[in-house]
Amino acid sequence: MTTDDDALARAAGHGDRDAFAALLARHYDRLFAFAMRLTGARAEAEDLTQDICLALPSKLKSFRGEARFTTWLYRVAVNASHDRRRRAATHAKAADGWGDWEIARRAGDAETRDAVGWLECAMARLKPDLRDTAVLILAEELTQAEAASVLGLSEGTVAWRMSEVKKALRALAEEDQ
Amino acid sequence: MTDDLERLRAALKSGSPEADPARKADDIAAAMSAFDTAFAETAESAGTTQESSIEPRPSNSRPVWGRLIDGGISMIHALTTRAGLAATTGLVTAGLALLIVLPQDTAFGPGTDGAHDLDIDSAPEAPVLLDEPVLAEAELAMDLSSAAPPSPLVEQSLKVEGRLALSRAAPETSVVSRALTADSDARPAPVDVDTEAFANEDPSGVTAVADQPVSTFSVDVDTASWSVIRSSLMNGSLPPTEAVRIEEMVNYFPYAYPAPEPGGAPFATTLGVSPTPWNPDTQILHIGLQGALPALEDRPPLNLVFLIDTSGSMQDPDKLPLLKQSLRLMLGELRAEDEVAIVAYAGSAGAVLEPTPAGESSKILAALDRLEAGGSTAGQAGLEQAYALAETMKGEGEVSRILLATDGDFNVGIHDPEALEDFIARKRESGAFLSVLGFGRGNLDDATMQALAQAGNGQAAYIDTIAEAQKVLVDQLTGQLFAIAQDVKIQVEFNPAEIAEYRLIGYETRALRREDFANDKVDAGEIGAGHQVTALYEVTPVGSSAVLNEPLRYQPAATPEGANGELGFLRLRYKEPGGSESRLIETPIPAEVSQASVETRFATAIAGFGQLLRGSVYLGDWDYDAAAALAGNARGEDPFGYRAEALRLIRLAGSLDK
Repeated sequence: MTTDDDALARAAGHGDRDAFAALLARHYDRLFAFAMRLTGARAEAEDLTQDICLALPSKLKSFRGEARFTTWLYRVAVNASHDRRRRAATHAKAADGWGDWEIARRAGDAETRDAVGWLECAMARLKPDLRDTAVLILAEELTQAEAASVLGLSEGTVAWRMSEVKKALRALAEEDQ
Repeated sequence: MTDDLERLRAALKSGSPEADPARKADDIAAAMSAFDTAFAETAESAGTTQESSIEPRPSNSRPVWGRLIDGGISMIHALTTRAGLAATTGLVTAGLALLIVLPQDTAFGPGTDGAHDLDIDSAPEAPVLLDEPVLAEAELAMDLSSAAPPSPLVEQSLKVEGRLALSRAAPETSVVSRALTADSDARPAPVDVDTEAFANEDPSGVTAVADQPVSTFSVDVDTASWSVIRSSLMNGSLPPTEAVRIEEMVNYFPYAYPAPEPGGAPFATTLGVSPTPWNPDTQILHIGLQGALPALEDRPPLNLVFLIDTSGSMQDPDKLPLLKQSLRLMLGELRAEDEVAIVAYAGSAGAVLEPTPAGESSKILAALDRLEAGGSTAGQAGLEQAYALAETMKGEGEVSRILLATDGDFNVGIHDPEALEDFIARKRESGAFLSVLGFGRGNLDDATMQALAQAGNGQAAYIDTIAEAQKVLVDQLTGQLFAIAQDVKIQVEFNPAEIAEYRLIGYETRALRREDFANDKVDAGEIGAGHQVTALYEVTPVGSSAVLNEPLRYQPAATPEGANGELGFLRLRYKEPGGSESRLIETPIPAEVSQASVETRFATAIAGFGQLLRGSVYLGDWDYDAAAALAGNARGEDPFGYRAEALRLIRLAGSLDK
């Protein structure tokens, strides 16, 4: 029987080292994949994942199990990504972009390359907040309620953002024709 | 369109690269080492108590956005709000004041978006890009053109084109193109146009009874301040000090006060004196009024005019859509003989729905559904039209209310806010009262909302969630719509033999002059059916070590002979609805100190919370934890979870304040 995430997280929050190691091992890959989807670029995703890993121990101290651990972790990740974006903007560097989905590009046949090109176009067209929302809802398959709690927004706002995503995609489709 | 989303989903999920094993090992090692450091520190600092291990943040050195990142607290609060919402099912009391204030910041989503705080940092950065030397003129022009246009959607597509054009034109200057990318994504920050205005006054100080034995104020049953505070805290920031009106926070909550005797005065008074939680040498004087709740079936028919702001800024989901849902909820509370009319104002004002019996709900709902946001705000024309419509609906023995719903964008067409207030105050004489419902944040014009509702003998409420709509428009509808007493004034005369000093907590915006108490021309607050009003004084007994004012050299010291067991004398004045002569109720306040009741403890906890938010100097080292502990032990029955929500917000504020 595996111990559930929430119990592990609470134990880790009280200084249980093994619990923390187990949590990290369990969630690292998923965290990286999420970072990849948020940023669209390997280098960015790696840096973001590292940021999150380093911040997790102190954040876990305030984990009280009021929300599910996975939901909580998404929030930590989204906030860390905002944090990076903000710092990057301060230095007038580009962290707001999305692209460089390089693995798939290298691997791919023509069809994959097209798909990746479309993905980059589509994601680049979305503002960062819309991108985060789209990734949570579409790729991570959160419900609107869960995404709202991760983002600290109302469900209505999430619904509105998704309608904006739709609009942007529709506009892209119309240009392609 | 769903296909587009499906396509995006598929693309995002396919070909997601694996994490690099070496990076993974490094990250995990670094995290373990961070873990050891973090928990070693905890062990050192003051032992590993439960208390220290849940400290969420090491210091307050990080800016606001850092605080947002620090933890799932606001997320938890978002969850609980919805839970609270689900819990409040249709209890019918009555009384509703709707004030809808519409903000203007449509550039990016609704005003409750936590991104507001975040954008502050990036906004000033945009001009830096213009210094980039390598930009071709064409691209520069493109970028400039996107900097100020009125429509955010157009702007967005311009920006994207600009960026594509640049990357095509100058692929080799990758640094510059990356910089431009960053710039064009730095959308015009909504905070730039954050034009919220709040009505408030400086907190009352401590008054010596010898100088001024009489304290006079008007009752206030508004609750908008609490909702605004909640909305700020849920977004991860402490509310602006001026948004904190303590009496509105305290009066947001229902209290278990005894109901008035049938046939007597329209409200009953509860008095209590108990020790002050934050100062062992002072006492809290708790004054509670409970309005009568007339039998619901006897209520007169109601004429409601919804005056709805449909200006462009209302399109956010927490504005017009929330407003429509809210009004839909409320329709269920109306009766077939009630009448509803709708006036929309935006650019030009127009009646959307002629007066229609509430029984024809499908017609009313259809009219609501037709409302769409667009255009600027012609508040005054709308208001005049709403009053004209209310006039036509008027019948013998009926009650008329105008519910103004806006995000605060109430400027176009109002050249003179005072003239507008006068206009509303004149209309009040004709019996049509005005209540105001505020929606959304960003340019919430709380000050105007308050002024209009006060002039209109109505209430101002701020609706940030459908749960709040339920509380204001369903649970408390009767109180909102049916006044049982108007121009209610409270005057307390303190006995100098018992009390050296007093301080009224809150009610700063409601203070009255002593001579206004008996002057029936001076307007004051209304009490609706079933409403409750709570006021708290912190009083310092004679001889207490907490007395702040030094004795005067030329005035005789208070003589203890006057100590007759009365702390003071409470006078209340009110008028019957529509009456012009006030009636007086007088009650001595016994000086006996007793254990604080549950209701007193909770009201005091909320008042203390408000003072913390305002940075009051009277609390000593009493902090958010103490407020949370006090409120936590005084939750009472709390069938709808309002007090539980308060407790969570106090704790959240405590975390944010560290």
